[in-house]
Amino acid sequence: MAIKPLAIAACTLTNALGRGLAASLRALREGESGLQSCDFEDAPLDTWIGQVAGLEEEPLRGELAPFDCRNNRLARLGLEQDGFGAAVRVARDRYGPDRIGVFVGTSTSGIGATEHAYRQRDPITGSLPATFDYQHTHNVFSVADFTRRWLGLTGAAMAISTACSSSAKAFATAWRQMRAGFCDAAVVGGVDSLCLTTLYGFKALGLASTRPCRPWDVDRDGLSIGEGAGFALLEWTKPNDDRVLLLGYGESSDAYHMTAAHPEGAGAALAMQQALARAEILPAQVDYINLHGTATPLNDAAEDRAVAQVFGSATPCSSTKGWTGHTLGAAGVTEAVFVYLCLEQGLMPGTLNTHRRDPRLGAGIVLENREQPLRLALSNSFGFGGTNCSLLFGHSPSFPVREGWGEGE
Amino acid sequence: MNPLAIEAVGLMAPGLAGWPASQAVLAGQRPYAAEPMPAAMATLLPANERRRVTATIKLALQVAQEAMAQVALPPDPSPSNGRGELSVRTVFASSGGDSEILDKICVALTQPDRPVSPTHFHQSVHNTPAGYWSIATGCMQPSLSLAAYDGSFAAGLREAAALAWADQARVLLVVYDLPMPFPLAERRQIVAPFAAALLLNPVPTVDRLALLRLASDASGQPADRLDDAGLEWLRVGNPAARGLPLLCAIARRVVERVTLPAGDDATLRVEVEP
Repeated sequence: MAIKPLAIAACTLTNALGRGLAASLRALREGESGLQSCDFEDAPLDTWIGQVAGLEEEPLRGELAPFDCRNNRLARLGLEQDGFGAAVRVARDRYGPDRIGVFVGTSTSGIGATEHAYRQRDPITGSLPATFDYQHTHNVFSVADFTRRWLGLTGAAMAISTACSSSAKAFATAWRQMRAGFCDAAVVGGVDSLCLTTLYGFKALGLASTRPCRPWDVDRDGLSIGEGAGFALLEWTKPNDDRVLLLGYGESSDAYHMTAAHPEGAGAALAMQQALARAEILPAQVDYINLHGTATPLNDAAEDRAVAQVFGSATPCSSTKGWTGHTLGAAGVTEAVFVYLCLEQGLMPGTLNTHRRDPRLGAGIVLENREQPLRLALSNSFGFGGTNCSLLFGHSPSFPVREGWGEGE
Repeated sequence: MNPLAIEAVGLMAPGLAGWPASQAVLAGQRPYAAEPMPAAMATLLPANERRRVTATIKLALQVAQEAMAQVALPPDPSPSNGRGELSVRTVFASSGGDSEILDKICVALTQPDRPVSPTHFHQSVHNTPAGYWSIATGCMQPSLSLAAYDGSFAAGLREAAALAWADQARVLLVVYDLPMPFPLAERRQIVAPFAAALLLNPVPTVDRLALLRLASDASGQPADRLDDAGLEWLRVGNPAARGLPLLCAIARRVVERVTLPAGDDATLRVEVEP
């Protein structure tokens, strides 16, 4: 039997396209990229980035001031949009603050604070400056800790850190932990911010393009790094639910290589198949796939093999990385919420910046936006270490509530 | 709530060199002595990989390997995997991840041209041990890597339990943390390395080590302390070792209620029986 779906009760996005859902939707519709030539801090890198404007001028103050760093500023900015805090307050009153789980994905959390502190070491002792607060900035848990405190939640909380699949896996974790009865609702999210570690790290691996990223293009030559925050409030679906639902999830490991995707996309295919199987949906029923689509030559080729294996070439798919850049640990939730917007609005985004489809690739890549009703859409997220996650969402009016869904979770 | 069987345990810390050698100390039959920890060999890694990986990766893989060696599991049935020797879902929990790598990257970023090593960069992700584990074992099953500061053990146990119940499948939980290098060590004191692995089965098997029942408990009931001063030093000195009261209860083989810290004043209550 299909798993009981989770409803997206509220969600929000902040990234290079702007603050809030409306900014993302407008840019998707208009085909406006958020990418710009890199001028981050003092990093003179020949690459393009998706930067969130204004973070430098908006420090955290008051009780949560110890959390002040670029990553938690971005988390705060994200939480402030679209009435997300108010929606969580309503849920808090309904379920209790200790019954809402907080599962936030990140890859580098606030490591930028440590990068800065290492430049200010005491010349004699080598110590870090007194102002540096490891626990509340750099530590992986910091962004989840900040999120639950900002929202006034006291239940199960953790950071999920599986590189670029982190915030997709947060949805799977929320489903499991709610199913286990550890919480009755969940705030899931992802926050990753620009830092020198990722900018110079991807440069060292030769994976960052010198131009805006061009997924599935015959000339694609790498990714554009972005930053972003996204959150969703999840609760069990109810009868006659007209909200967007998480219908299935799939997770797998490549068991192949730390940085290179499995050339046949074996793990990616497994994740997609499991998401479909949990929802009892056939590949042909899926209207749209939001690809991981980083635009590195090998990643796109591997994902293409996987999509072709599971779906053939007929299912329309696209990568939205040309709008936001690759927001790493925030990519999963960013693209899950893009899918939410697409289902609600009847919008199928194209693949921005991509002009010449790679003829060696077989998936049904869409280059131009299409306006058409969508019922079912899949979102892919993959990461270093060979971690894969696929999420299947549906807009519920097209689904009769099934036997057993409304019962006793 | 449904019970979970513990089928195997891996353990490595100063004075706790593997599960068989540690049970008498954990059961209170011998006092704890913080003897130097033997090198984590992680022999499942190919020799060339073993030379490239860090102490953190080897420690996490060592306890995972030790636990899995105690049971015979069927190979990974994943259709696309031709070489899987092992089929088990995994959850890796660590507060700090690989601080040796993070330190090296931050040092490189202070130098002219910022020469970040590509190997260090890909080893800097929190799921690096999980990645090496799946590559070494050929296992394509799902894996999650998480962090919850001093509540990381409890968070890992909760996620592993939820995964085992949801998928009705075995889950290997691996919890680890190591002392940080200077200067980070001045801001996050971890007194000694500690890693533990627990193999959970949602089906209570006959030859189990223990049966667990989990309950969330945010009522502010204090987390357990340990009577042995040395073990208590380890428990408070390493976030992964916050799970020691549970390991002690498993080793004692009696019915017991354990309360583990789960962040701030929250705790996770675990009922343990043989």
